[in-house]
Amino acid sequence: MNQLIKTWLAQHAQAFFFSLGQYAKNPVNNILTTIVIGISLAFPAGFYVFLSNAQIVSSGWDNAVEINIFLETTIDEQQATDFANQISKRNDIADIILIKKDKALAEYKKLSGFTNVLDVLDENPFPNVILVKPTYKYFDESKTKHLVEELRVMPEVDNIQYDGKWINRLAKIIDIVKLVIFILSTLLAIAVLLIVGNTIRLSIYSYRHEIEITKLFGGTDSFIQRPFLYSGLWYGIFGGLIAWILVSASMQILSGPVNNLSILYASNFQLTGLGLVNTFCLFGFAILLGLLGSWIAVKRHLRSVEPK
Amino acid sequence: MIQFTNVFMTYPSGNKALQNINLNIDKGEMVYISGRSGAGKSTLLKLINLIDRHTRGQIIVKGQNLERIKNNRIPIFRRNIGFIFQNHRLLNDRTIFDNVALPLVISGSSHQEVKRRVQAALDKVDLLSKINNCPMELSGGEQQRVGVARAVVHRPAVLLADEPTGNLDPALSWDMMKLFEQFNQVGVTVLIASHELDMIKHMNKRIIILNGGRILAMGDNNKKFISH
Repeated sequence: MNQLIKTWLAQHAQAFFFSLGQYAKNPVNNILTTIVIGISLAFPAGFYVFLSNAQIVSSGWDNAVEINIFLETTIDEQQATDFANQISKRNDIADIILIKKDKALAEYKKLSGFTNVLDVLDENPFPNVILVKPTYKYFDESKTKHLVEELRVMPEVDNIQYDGKWINRLAKIIDIVKLVIFILSTLLAIAVLLIVGNTIRLSIYSYRHEIEITKLFGGTDSFIQRPFLYSGLWYGIFGGLIAWILVSASMQILSGPVNNLSILYASNFQLTGLGLVNTFCLFGFAILLGLLGSWIAVKRHLRSVEPK
Repeated sequence: MIQFTNVFMTYPSGNKALQNINLNIDKGEMVYISGRSGAGKSTLLKLINLIDRHTRGQIIVKGQNLERIKNNRIPIFRRNIGFIFQNHRLLNDRTIFDNVALPLVISGSSHQEVKRRVQAALDKVDLLSKINNCPMELSGGEQQRVGVARAVVHRPAVLLADEPTGNLDPALSWDMMKLFEQFNQVGVTVLIASHELDMIKHMNKRIIILNGGRILAMGDNNKKFISH
C-alpha cells in the first residue's frame, strides 16, 4: 500500500514537472495563450472590483436616507418629545433626531439673515421636525413606503418627506450593471474554457505519437491524461497571475485620479483593490477553469488516439 | 501461452483480414509468422495485443480470454507484452534512457529499479554507451535495438515483433533475429511477423505462413511444412 502511494505520488510529481517543462519548451505560444487567458480573467475581476467600489460609494448614500416628519404646528415641544420617544421604539427605526421648533427658528435666523423679518412674526412658523433613520441598511422603497404610511396617519404628523427615488434608481442601475457583469463574466469564463480546451486539444494532437506508444506499453488513460491536466493547471495559475497583475496595475493607475476626485467632493473615499480573499478567489477560479477546460479536452480527444 | 480457436477478423470496411485461424503457441516458444503483404501477419499480432478486437472465435493469451477483457483493463493486460515495430517508433525528443524507461515508468517502478533495468536492457543490446543520446543520433539498426530494449525492459511474458528487420540490411537483420533468440532462451514467448522467409527458414523455429488471412502452412526447417 505504501509503495502504491509512493508510486502514485512519484507519477504525479513527474507529470507536474513534465507539464511545466513542456510549458517552458514552447514559451512564445504558451505565453501568448496565457496572456489571452489572463486578459479574459482580468475583465470579470476588474468588473468585480469596480462594482465593489461602486457599492462602497452608494452605501454612503444609502445611509443618508432619512425621513423628515413635520409635526402639526399645534404640537408643543413636550408633546413632540413624547411622540419622538414613542416612534423610536419601533423596530424599523434605528435612530431619531428631534429638531425643536425654537432651535429651527434660531438656525434659520442665523443662516438666512432675515432676523428682523422673523422678529415681526407673532408666533414661530416652524413646526417641530423629527429626522428618522430606518433600521435597514440599504434603501428599500417598499419598506420605506410602509413606514411612511404608518407614520402619516398619526395625528401628531402634518407632513412627511423623503427622497429615496434617486437612490432607488441608482440601486436598480447597479442591479443591471451586476447582471451585465455576470453575463460578461460567464461568457469570458466560457472563452477561457474554450481557449484552454483548444490548446490542450492541439497539445494532444502534437503528442499523438507518444500517446499511442504509451498506450501500447500499458499506459492507462489517467496516466496519459495527467500531464495535460497539469498543463491546464499551469494555464490557470499563470492566467490568474496575469489577471491579478492587470487588475492591480489598473487600480494603481486609477487610484490617484480617483482620490483627487473624491477630495473635490469632500469625501475620503479610496479605491479598494482585490484584497487577499478575492485574490485567492481569482486564482481558485482561474485554476478551476484551467483544469475544467483541459479535463473536457482530454476526455473528448484522448479516446480518439489509439495505437494503430 | 497463446491460443487461437476459429478466429475471424473482419474490418468495418468488410476486409476479411483473418479467417478461421487455429493455432497454439506454447510458453517459451519462438514462432515466425510469414506471408506476403496483406496476408494478415500484422493483424494477428494486433489481436494478441488488443490493438484490434477479433470478430469471431476465441483468443486466449496467458490464460486470459481476450473477449472478456474490458477496455479499461487493456492497459494492464498490455503490460505483459513487449511490442517491436518495423519503424521502431521511438520518441525523438527524449533520450535513449527515457525511451527505454517508458514501460517501467508506466508500471510505476521505482527510480532505482528503472535505472538498473534500463542499463541492463541497453547493455544487452550493446547500446549502454548511447544511454544519453537522442534517437536521431543513432543509426537505423541502433534505433531498432533501442526498440528491442524498450520492448523487453519490463520483462514481458510475450514479445511481439512486427517486421522488425524491415528497414535493416541482411547482416543487421540476422543479428536482430539472434537477439530475439537470446530473449527466447530466457523463457520469453516470441512471435515475429516477417516477410523475409529466406532468412527465417534458417532460424530453426516454427514458421506459420499466412495467405489471404488463412494459415497456408505451418512447420519448421527440420520438419516438413504441413499445408492447411
